[in-house]
Amino acid sequence: MVDAIHGDFEQKIANDITIEPRDTMPDDYRKTLIRQISQHAHSEIVGMLPEGNWVTRAPSLRRKAVLLAKIQDEGGHGLYLYSAAETLGVTRDELLDQLHSGKAKYSSIFNYPSLTWADMGAIGWLVDGAAIMNQVPLCRASYGPYARAMVRICKEESFHQRQGFEIMHVLAKGTEVQKKMAQDALNRWWWPALMMFGPHDSDSTNTEQSMKWRIKRISNDDLRRKFVDVTVEQTKVLGLTVPDKDLMWNAETGHYDFGAINWAEFWNVVKGNGPCNKQRLEARKAAWQKGEWVREAAMAHAEKRKARKEALVAA
Amino acid sequence: MKNKLFYILEWADNTLILGQRLSEWCGHGPVLEQDIALTNIALDHLGCARNLYTYAAEIFNGMDAVDRSECFASVAFQRNVKEGHQADEDDLAFLRDAWDFRNVLLVEQPNTDWAYTVARAFLFDAFNYYYLTAMCNSVDERLAGIASKSLKEATYHLRWSSEWVIRLGDGTEESKTRIVEAIANLWPFTGELFTATEVDTFVEGLGVDFAALKPLWEQKVAEIFDEATLEVPTGVWMQSGGKTGTHSENLGFVLAEMQFMQRAYPNMEW
Repeated sequence: MVDAIHGDFEQKIANDITIEPRDTMPDDYRKTLIRQISQHAHSEIVGMLPEGNWVTRAPSLRRKAVLLAKIQDEGGHGLYLYSAAETLGVTRDELLDQLHSGKAKYSSIFNYPSLTWADMGAIGWLVDGAAIMNQVPLCRASYGPYARAMVRICKEESFHQRQGFEIMHVLAKGTEVQKKMAQDALNRWWWPALMMFGPHDSDSTNTEQSMKWRIKRISNDDLRRKFVDVTVEQTKVLGLTVPDKDLMWNAETGHYDFGAINWAEFWNVVKGNGPCNKQRLEARKAAWQKGEWVREAAMAHAEKRKARKEALVAA
Repeated sequence: MKNKLFYILEWADNTLILGQRLSEWCGHGPVLEQDIALTNIALDHLGCARNLYTYAAEIFNGMDAVDRSECFASVAFQRNVKEGHQADEDDLAFLRDAWDFRNVLLVEQPNTDWAYTVARAFLFDAFNYYYLTAMCNSVDERLAGIASKSLKEATYHLRWSSEWVIRLGDGTEESKTRIVEAIANLWPFTGELFTATEVDTFVEGLGVDFAALKPLWEQKVAEIFDEATLEVPTGVWMQSGGKTGTHSENLGFVLAEMQFMQRAYPNMEW
């Protein structure tokens, strides 16, 4: 019986038929999805922090409005993703508990600080750019609710990437100090952006199984290489310099060769030793704790209303 | 023209400063849906401010040189005027100092907690709703147009903040204690909403009769407070000064943060 059920699952995967919430699925598939989708959802809401940092200091009213709208989109992405995860039988509150306790991870990139206005450009251009590379293939992920959430998210992410590039473009073509600001942001965000694709395929523990289940379609290294190829060309348009002395076009492979990633730094940031890990988690926890009485009040009021309505119907 | 300019700034500054305050919540709300709702409302206020500043800048640019030199004291603003730059929405937001801001004291009060944020929003939204309704009949078509667009948003703002006042008032013991405290501490800033300044009286037909809005506001507040099981404060001494540029200590810090980039890196495109 068990085999028959899983046989059905395997067949759907093989035929590229999406798995839906009520379909039977192996436990590990469910767990992998919950881990991945919730990590992604957490990344969206933690990612609101480094950008939220600059909302009150944006240099023009137009930039302030665009940045606010972008962060609002990220909150929305968090909502779709938590909802997608909930279809797998876990609640948003449980997932948030995992985030707050440090059990669940989020994208390490958000453990880097946003120090100047140019970081709003670099985050949009590089971080959202890398996210899109990662996420476009997820629109075809085997789990239906996840794939459908990703379709909506990718549409908005490409707008985010464009607004980030536009910020960088204005800075790079602006005054000396603005160009310096843009280059400084590129210097600080370039390597962390490359790290966003995760460890080398040879060191990635989850890749193989995820690819078999068609949750993941393209490997970390392949995505990273694609990102470098595209982004180096964009850097040329900006007239900025990629902070990698080993970066070189390889005519043979048709790709850029690039320098070694500092994996010691990567793993340390993952483990909690990044420049802002503590601040980001504290900010999320503080928001949640300070909001507790608010959520309780909303719940208490809803119950009172319900009771009054019932009393009215009874009478 | 100066009166018209200042009248528009009273309105624009209210929305900019409240929008700025609300945007401080971005990423820190008590629950994701409310984080998004607050950002949305902040964006509405900001959008309204931008339309008004753009119009105000056009009026400013059309004034004669003497009038222009007398409008705003800030050195950065004055230098631009002298050098013949056309003022724009950003100059008005980022280059004026606090004494040239004309927002009411209420909107510059700090977020403090969710109860203060909700109470401040509600007391303002109830005013704003009737203000915008009246402004839709302004003899100035452009202002009437901005009012009519903003009224749709303000209708939602008022519903949102009314619902939260009711939830907090008729929620738990803690939420009630907090909202009562917030209302008590913000109430002294509500009198100013209905006081007409010299500027307001000069722009008859273009602006609104502030005193006439008061009974409407009082009725709305009483209605919502009743549902929220809250009492309307009485016999409270009212603070004022915001509309004529005498602000609370808060505004200087709001501006220091908001204007930082334009001050440190002047005259650049962003």
